[in-house]
Amino acid sequence: MERMSFDLAQTPLRELNSFLHRDAPAKGVQKVVVTNPDGAHNIAVGLDCPVEVDVHGHAGYYAGGMNKTGTVTIFGSAGTGVAENMMSGRVHVKGFASNGAGASMHGGLLVIDGDAGLRCGISLKGGDIVVGGSVGSFSAFMAQAGRMVICGDAGDALGDSLYEAVLYVRGSIKSLGADAQIEPMSEADYAAVKSLLDAAGMQHDPKDFKRVASARSLYHWNADADQEY
Amino acid sequence: MSSNDHSKPVAKEESFGYDSKTIAYIRNAAAHGLYEIRGMGAKRQLPNFDDLVFLGASLSRYPLEGYREKCSTKTVLGTRFAKKPIELEIPITIAGMSFGSLSANVKEALGRAATEVGTSTTTGDGGMTQEERQSSKTLVYQCLPSRYGFNPDDVRRADAIEMVIGQGAKPGGGGMLLGQKVSPRVAKMRTLPAGIDQRSACRHPDWTGPDDLAIKIQELRELTDWEKPIYVKVGATRTFNDVKLAVHSGADVVVVDGMQGGTAATQTCFIEHVGIPTLAAVRQAVDALEDLDMMGKVQLIVSGGIRSGPDVAKALAMGADAVSIGQGVLIALGCNHDSYYQNSAHHDASAGYAALGTVPGYCHHCHTGKCPVGITTQDAVLEQRLTPEVGARHLKNYLKTLNMELTTIARACGKQNVHHLEREDLVALTLEAAAMARVPLAGTNWIPGVSGF
Repeated sequence: MERMSFDLAQTPLRELNSFLHRDAPAKGVQKVVVTNPDGAHNIAVGLDCPVEVDVHGHAGYYAGGMNKTGTVTIFGSAGTGVAENMMSGRVHVKGFASNGAGASMHGGLLVIDGDAGLRCGISLKGGDIVVGGSVGSFSAFMAQAGRMVICGDAGDALGDSLYEAVLYVRGSIKSLGADAQIEPMSEADYAAVKSLLDAAGMQHDPKDFKRVASARSLYHWNADADQEY
Repeated sequence: MSSNDHSKPVAKEESFGYDSKTIAYIRNAAAHGLYEIRGMGAKRQLPNFDDLVFLGASLSRYPLEGYREKCSTKTVLGTRFAKKPIELEIPITIAGMSFGSLSANVKEALGRAATEVGTSTTTGDGGMTQEERQSSKTLVYQCLPSRYGFNPDDVRRADAIEMVIGQGAKPGGGGMLLGQKVSPRVAKMRTLPAGIDQRSACRHPDWTGPDDLAIKIQELRELTDWEKPIYVKVGATRTFNDVKLAVHSGADVVVVDGMQGGTAATQTCFIEHVGIPTLAAVRQAVDALEDLDMMGKVQLIVSGGIRSGPDVAKALAMGADAVSIGQGVLIALGCNHDSYYQNSAHHDASAGYAALGTVPGYCHHCHTGKCPVGITTQDAVLEQRLTPEVGARHLKNYLKTLNMELTTIARACGKQNVHHLEREDLVALTLEAAAMARVPLAGTNWIPGVSGF
């Protein structure tokens, strides 16, 4: 069995997810097509095999959440927490993404062709996020590791309380969060941006991006740091 | 000047508002410009389960033989939605405590003891260790705001998932782990640079509010194909409303942690001044479940200052299905003990306590990572002071003692099953406890706020 289709107007979500968890790896299914998602939550969560899932329409919360090695493509927009806690693999949103896109991702690649809402890449722990449009406020909040490429603008408090994640922004940054700072781009940064744009299928000049990373001044308790903790 | 001047009586009228403790606090604040961070739970005197007593059987009730007649302690958690509820031999579980705050040896000791007596352990902030998964037959995996080390493989190999909203020691606050405990292994599990003062988030990254939480819980159910029970843990504050919202969100089990609940590192101002006592919280939680007609459908676990068999019995009589213990478990392992047992001999630990500026019995220095008895440490030398074998033996004894005490009380109240203990079996010794637990003051029918005197 190479290909399966699920019409969520006819089939309960639980059947789809159960199929993806048990039958897809056991039967070596390569592609699953989901139609009429109609904003259903938790589509294709917990993939644990290299299956491709195409979702034709809009997805609700947590689409492709906790993905491991799978590939999820949403031909539409995604609700809150798309690809949250992804470990590996790829999630591609062809439309827009709501809040918390890629929250606490540990690995893999999340591509959002349109804009992303608030807190994109919050608590990021690894992996890469490429956003074709802009991101909302508090994006990359407490991001620990991994990379974000933002082709549009960033909202308020970008990278607040950043750890070791690195952000690349092409457009304007409304404001930086506590301990985030703009740093010079190195050759390695240009190469990183280029490879991520290539992986996402986006065409921009890496020279147009600036780098945001942690000033690391909040790594230790410090009496002179006022209320920035 | 005559030498008589020196014999003048010294006036020592201590101020109540500015007593020696308050003066020391202000001096400390002035010297450092930082709040105090420490371990253990609230130290202040609070209404607690000691303020309740059981009405044992007599002429009006019929007792069971204390040592001969059967008294079941079996406990089932997660019967609402999960295909595979948790089945425990005793209603006493081990609370969530992180690898990071505790050593890997301690986590293994917890797992071994819990497995032997037939109960569960719980992970903590910082992920699941191999030691704990291998040693603990029934392991509850916490999903915390920080999501440190959170991994779908661990979700799949857990026996239940606990969505942590808050903790009794610090409702509304995130965790912290000071740099000296962020060892290379801890740092790697949490994806952080080693040695930094780690601040955990207080809010979950991918949901806000109970309606979102309902979807998040559904995600975990979909991911585990609806097999595993899902707990929701709240720190005790507006417990009546919080428990209702947890039930609304789809919890199988609600865990309510009162302000006596321990911690390995929290601001003292938080520990002592935020949250409500466990005794008050348990009643509010039960009220919420009764209001929703969810008693027996959604299980209630109570934690925060549960120390003894009578504490367990009283929590169950108040309406809890099980309790969870953290601090008491650590004390059973040797926390605040004057010695430790290593290489078949007892060793004096007092020098270690002295180096921390404390003595056995008063230590709350978990946050330093220099635990003199090898429990709350990541130090390669100190952690050897508690081996999993010795720790597990002591903990098993402690849990067995609690369970024996629990069944002794239940039999005396005429119950063949500890879950048959009921509020009607309890009276209060103080007005505060009577008002909070809403059971009558002993010898009266008076429940303050409910019935007239």
